[in-house]
Amino acid sequence: METKTTDTAIDATPTPATASASDEVVVAIKHLKKTFGSKEVLKDISFQLNKGENLVVLGKSGTGKSVLIKCMMRLIQPDQGEIEVLGKDILKLKEKELNDMRKKIGFLFQSAALYDSMTVGENLEFPLREERGIPAEEIKKRIQEALQNVGLEDSLYKMPSELSGGMRKRVGLARTMMLKPEIILYDEPTTGLDPVTSKEISKLILEVQKKYDASSIIITHDMECARITANRIMVLKDGEVVQEGTYEELKKSDDPWIRSFFE
Amino acid sequence: MVDATNTQKVKSKQHSAEAMTQEGFSLFPFFIEIASLFLFIIHFFKEALRPPYEFNEFLRQCYLIGYKSFSLVGITGFIMGLVLTIQSRPTLAIFGAESWLPAMVAISIIREIGPVITAVICAGKVGSSIGAELASMKVTEQIDAMEVSGINPFNYIVVTRVLACTFMVPLLTVFADAIGLMGAFAGVNIKGDTSFSLFFFQVFNALKFTDIFPAFIKSFFFGQAVGMIGCYKGYNCNEGTEGVGKAANSAVVMASLSIFIIDMIAVQITSFFL
Repeated sequence: METKTTDTAIDATPTPATASASDEVVVAIKHLKKTFGSKEVLKDISFQLNKGENLVVLGKSGTGKSVLIKCMMRLIQPDQGEIEVLGKDILKLKEKELNDMRKKIGFLFQSAALYDSMTVGENLEFPLREERGIPAEEIKKRIQEALQNVGLEDSLYKMPSELSGGMRKRVGLARTMMLKPEIILYDEPTTGLDPVTSKEISKLILEVQKKYDASSIIITHDMECARITANRIMVLKDGEVVQEGTYEELKKSDDPWIRSFFE
Repeated sequence: MVDATNTQKVKSKQHSAEAMTQEGFSLFPFFIEIASLFLFIIHFFKEALRPPYEFNEFLRQCYLIGYKSFSLVGITGFIMGLVLTIQSRPTLAIFGAESWLPAMVAISIIREIGPVITAVICAGKVGSSIGAELASMKVTEQIDAMEVSGINPFNYIVVTRVLACTFMVPLLTVFADAIGLMGAFAGVNIKGDTSFSLFFFQVFNALKFTDIFPAFIKSFFFGQAVGMIGCYKGYNCNEGTEGVGKAANSAVVMASLSIFIIDMIAVQITSFFL
């Protein structure tokens, strides 16, 4: 059963994202290409993400949206291009440096990817296991705070199998926030959820971004999620960026294919 | 007629070419599999020696793999000893050698049947569960989630499980051997009357260090094969939920086969030195 956000949770606001981004570039992708077999999934993608900005990547299924953010975490090795994150080319980092960099980037998986064999509390504690010198009390406090932020403070000892889809996403988001990342990548955060829960998750994304001053890339084809969270929207078609702009700008696009997302 | 013969020859050549091509295609993935398993093993040894050492997870896996298999291995060991004794008695009776029954059964159990049966049971129970667990972790992106948290999933998931198998299978083998001897004692007493002390006096009188030591050593390799193959199959599953079943199934098949191959090699090495 879905646990409702409590008073201690982040106050969800119904207003869409406002332009709060600075000019500081935190992610710069240049000429990114990725091919699987004979299928060219990403064809020369280039874009930037500014500090504090929420960039929504929109596009049909199979256009390479998830591949794009997995390349950014180096879960998938791109064929060509540069991925600069927080000033470092992520494709040239050695294992230790890559792991350190990954701790600065949060990733919310489409399926939430909670560890089945662990309780919610253990799931949240897991990313901190290699952080030396954090006292047990501080870890406990961080877990409580993360659960409060997503309105699930009663779920500390629950197993992931006892949670609903929306709750799993919330715990996934809480786990992502444990390392206080500077950049958060969301892979279809509202897929498979009912409209009400989708809206709650979208608002939560916005609030988390505001609270931690994080920059986010949100992969979605849920227009309500895009409306609530986006400072800027980038539309992908057949592995290429076809248009960029705010929600309102794209809604009035000359391209009927792009307008069809908003209808 | 000549034309028909020529046509037949051409067809036959075509068939053999097709067969060769098919054979080539069927052998190629096999060698690829062997090569990637080999690389996986090298990766394991590199990670096993490198900190951080996941001691708590290793202990948890020892509990799951070792302790949770005790009853199954114990029951199988008892039946194994009992049946072996009952089946062997008539043959020995023909030669009037029934008094050799405890010694013969003990040597069979300790040297061969105990380690191999225990390892095969572990391949079925532990290998399949590791294969399925890791495959489902891969499919549900849990392994990727560890990676993006900056945690080495290979160290946490694979190294702990393989080491737990390596240390638990020999312990289970010792346990199965002991219970197997108890089964043999029960089997001897179904049609005879041998005291507990006499039975075990005969058993330990027949057993030598060279019977126990090589069998114990090879059970480490059996355990490592079970853990390694289960992890390899699960960790490299890439075919969605269908792949989970395949990973579990192929882990059992490949681990069982490798146990017999290791056994064959171990016997050759033992006989060479002894």
